Amino acid sequence: MDVAEQIASGLDGNSEVDGSQFLTFLLAGEEYGVDILRVQEIKGWNAVTPIPNTPEYIRGVINLRGTIVPIIDLRRRFGLEPVEYGPMTVVIVLKVMREDKSRVMGIVVDAVSDVYNVQDEALKPAPDFGSVVNVDFVQGLATVDETMVIILDIDHLLNSGELAVLDGASEEE
Amino acid sequence: MPIDMEQFKATFIEESLEGLEVMESVLLEMQPGAADAEEVDNIFRAAHSIKGGSATFGFSDISDFTHVVETLLDQIRAGEREVTQEAIDLFLASVDCIRDMLAAAQEGFEVNLGQVAEVKAGLDRILASSAGAPPADAGGNAPERLTENSDSCAAAWRITFKPFPDMLRSGNDVVRLFRELAEMGEIESLVDLEGLPALVDMEPEEACLAWEVTLRGEVGREQIDEVFEWVEGDCELDIRPLHGSGEAAAEETEQAAGPEPASGAVQAVPPVADRRSGEERRQTERRKSRGAAESSSIRVGIDKVDALINLVGELVITQSMLGQLGEDFTMDKVERLKDGLAELERNTRELQENVMSIRMLPISFAFNRFPRMVHDLCGKLGKQVELKMSGEQTELDKTVMEKIGDPLVHLVRNAVDHGIESPETRQAAGKPATGTVHLNAYHQGGNILIEISDDGAGLDRERILAKAIERGLAREGDNPDDAEVYDFLFQPGFSTAEVVSDVSGRGVGMDVVKRNITALGGTIDVQSNPGSGSTFTIRLPLTLAILDGQLVRVGDQTFIIPLVSIIESLQVEQKQVNAIAGSAELYKLRDDYLPIIRLYDAFGLDPDSENLEDGLLVVVEGNGLQVGLLVDDLLAQQQVVIKSLETNFKKVEGLSGATILGDGTVALIVDIGGIIQLSQHGVHKHAGSAAA
Repeated sequence: MDVAEQIASGLDGNSEVDGSQFLTFLLAGEEYGVDILRVQEIKGWNAVTPIPNTPEYIRGVINLRGTIVPIIDLRRRFGLEPVEYGPMTVVIVLKVMREDKSRVMGIVVDAVSDVYNVQDEALKPAPDFGSVVNVDFVQGLATVDETMVIILDIDHLLNSGELAVLDGASEEE
Repeated sequence: MPIDMEQFKATFIEESLEGLEVMESVLLEMQPGAADAEEVDNIFRAAHSIKGGSATFGFSDISDFTHVVETLLDQIRAGEREVTQEAIDLFLASVDCIRDMLAAAQEGFEVNLGQVAEVKAGLDRILASSAGAPPADAGGNAPERLTENSDSCAAAWRITFKPFPDMLRSGNDVVRLFRELAEMGEIESLVDLEGLPALVDMEPEEACLAWEVTLRGEVGREQIDEVFEWVEGDCELDIRPLHGSGEAAAEETEQAAGPEPASGAVQAVPPVADRRSGEERRQTERRKSRGAAESSSIRVGIDKVDALINLVGELVITQSMLGQLGEDFTMDKVERLKDGLAELERNTRELQENVMSIRMLPISFAFNRFPRMVHDLCGKLGKQVELKMSGEQTELDKTVMEKIGDPLVHLVRNAVDHGIESPETRQAAGKPATGTVHLNAYHQGGNILIEISDDGAGLDRERILAKAIERGLAREGDNPDDAEVYDFLFQPGFSTAEVVSDVSGRGVGMDVVKRNITALGGTIDVQSNPGSGSTFTIRLPLTLAILDGQLVRVGDQTFIIPLVSIIESLQVEQKQVNAIAGSAELYKLRDDYLPIIRLYDAFGLDPDSENLEDGLLVVVEGNGLQVGLLVDDLLAQQQVVIKSLETNFKKVEGLSGATILGDGTVALIVDIGGIIQLSQHGVHKHAGSAAA
């Protein structure tokens, strides 16, 4: 099925289709996806105010229409080779849930790809990769057009490590 | 139909607490002897509302208890009993009990049953004892006595009934009321046509007549009350027992204003409140229940809301005007654009002031608890203190007020316990036996000042200095000035009290007081005159969300240092710098040695220069310590709006928040105490370390 048909089938109200929609983006040649309902907006890169004594992957905070929002560089978070930011750099602003509180955070990615419908059955659990990406962060793997899309669990990803709000034991990553 | 009782329950508890406040303040003023009718009425009504409401919501323990209180009050009100000191004390104790029970009902914990039983026993005891007759010279104020057993039964009653014009609208029918009365005994009624308007003016749905009914028969007061229960709030009702001679007691119209029938919302605003404040609407807040739940609602006068609506309207007009200008803008329209922007600035400023004023409440809410507290303390400590309060209408932010409550309590306690001497000591010193504690609040500039002064013994400078030397805070031979000596009081664990009482003396209070005040962005000062008294002055900013800040540059980043923490700024002279153990640096400023904190180091930035002399030293105070912060440059001073870092990120050590500068970029606000702690622990995580 090509993308247009996919989207069309999603749009003509086939909500009995047990699936979800994911926004996918590129990062170091790999395609990752996040639940589209968590995507608040997509914006370009602006200068960020760095926060002292935070790891490299927390670039700093920006002013998003009056709210202070932290920006996380996913390449650095995953330990990949960081790149220079340019006019094509994209920031995806996400709503992250922790218990029943929500936070707004932005992630820096290489480029935005597409929106896909993925059936629940088509979402396969991830095998243990080992090093690069912690399995907790991966909700599952999906195949779209013979490409593998890594579906991320952003709640886990963006509530861990230095981003964890300590109210007991902090999650060690 | 199930009605959502939770929301109404909250309102009931809120209003009961208000009623209890009313009761308490009246009781504190009350003198034993013949009761002032109005005063007793006020207390009675408050108790009656609480009883009714609690019964509605199924709080039977509260309602049973309050019933006993109400019965005693009713006797006093009907003039069968005079007010004794014991009764007043018991009533005050019952107010406490009811408060506890309400808090228990709200939070769901267990009530202190022992205390409740004790007070109840006391009340029952008084009720059981025979009613004391007031002295014969009580004068016209005291209503006539009943010689027979109080309000239970009488051979005849005179009922004066005047419905308010709206009474019929609530579905009540005068005819039915009369029918019920007729069933109880023989009635004779006299109608009063005075209120009858001309036929053309008459509204058929408005009641305009009044009646005087004589009811003969073995009827109990309660039965008559029951008949009129549904119209209690909507009429003037006077029920008086008649003696055989048919003489009614002295003129006394009751304005009954009990709770509306239990069908849902408990809406009654105590009429006392209206009479007292005299204004149309009052702003009030829910008192903190003992579980320390923070109030989450606020009552706002409707005039403030209307003003807000008007201002927003003006803003919309300005915005559409600017929008139009922007449509096809040419340079010759620049003047109009500038005018429009000036207008926008005016609108925004007015809007800001108005919105902030919504959170402002008069400080009387914080002051309210003090009369009772001072009264209790006097009893406990055997002192005589008169509490004076002024400036209660001074407004301040709701959150600030909630947080200033505890420090104020502590200071007032100190004034009564340590400040004011015992009556004998005072008289020996030629002072009146009753001391005065004065609470005063007023605005000054952008701040609110609260003064707690007493005319007691003042602070003993020598003892404080001696204690400070003992604790190593000062050296022998030092000669600090008065201000510095008094400052020692605010050190943790400092107390010159020889005997630690459960009221004060443990020395944990004053440093907490100072810390709380500093956390609010305020300051506290002490003035004292040995022998004549002391004054503590608290200065607080009018709002928490806005900070006067000094912008500083460190490397290429701008930071904000709260102006209130800055003592001075100076250029570094290398010769005044001393190093300890090769790492910590101290700066000799006059007679003190200040630790130097290099902000670029603490924040992991690249400074203009690592050379101390190229930078500026900002001397700040935090956590009771003074340090010097090294920055590259001082920029402007401005008011900044504090934005939370924790909403979307988390608490960062050394930062108390962030703000958005005029150019849209984010600047971080330095938390002085946090920075000091960071440097003390030597934790300098540089931005380069990766945790991944």
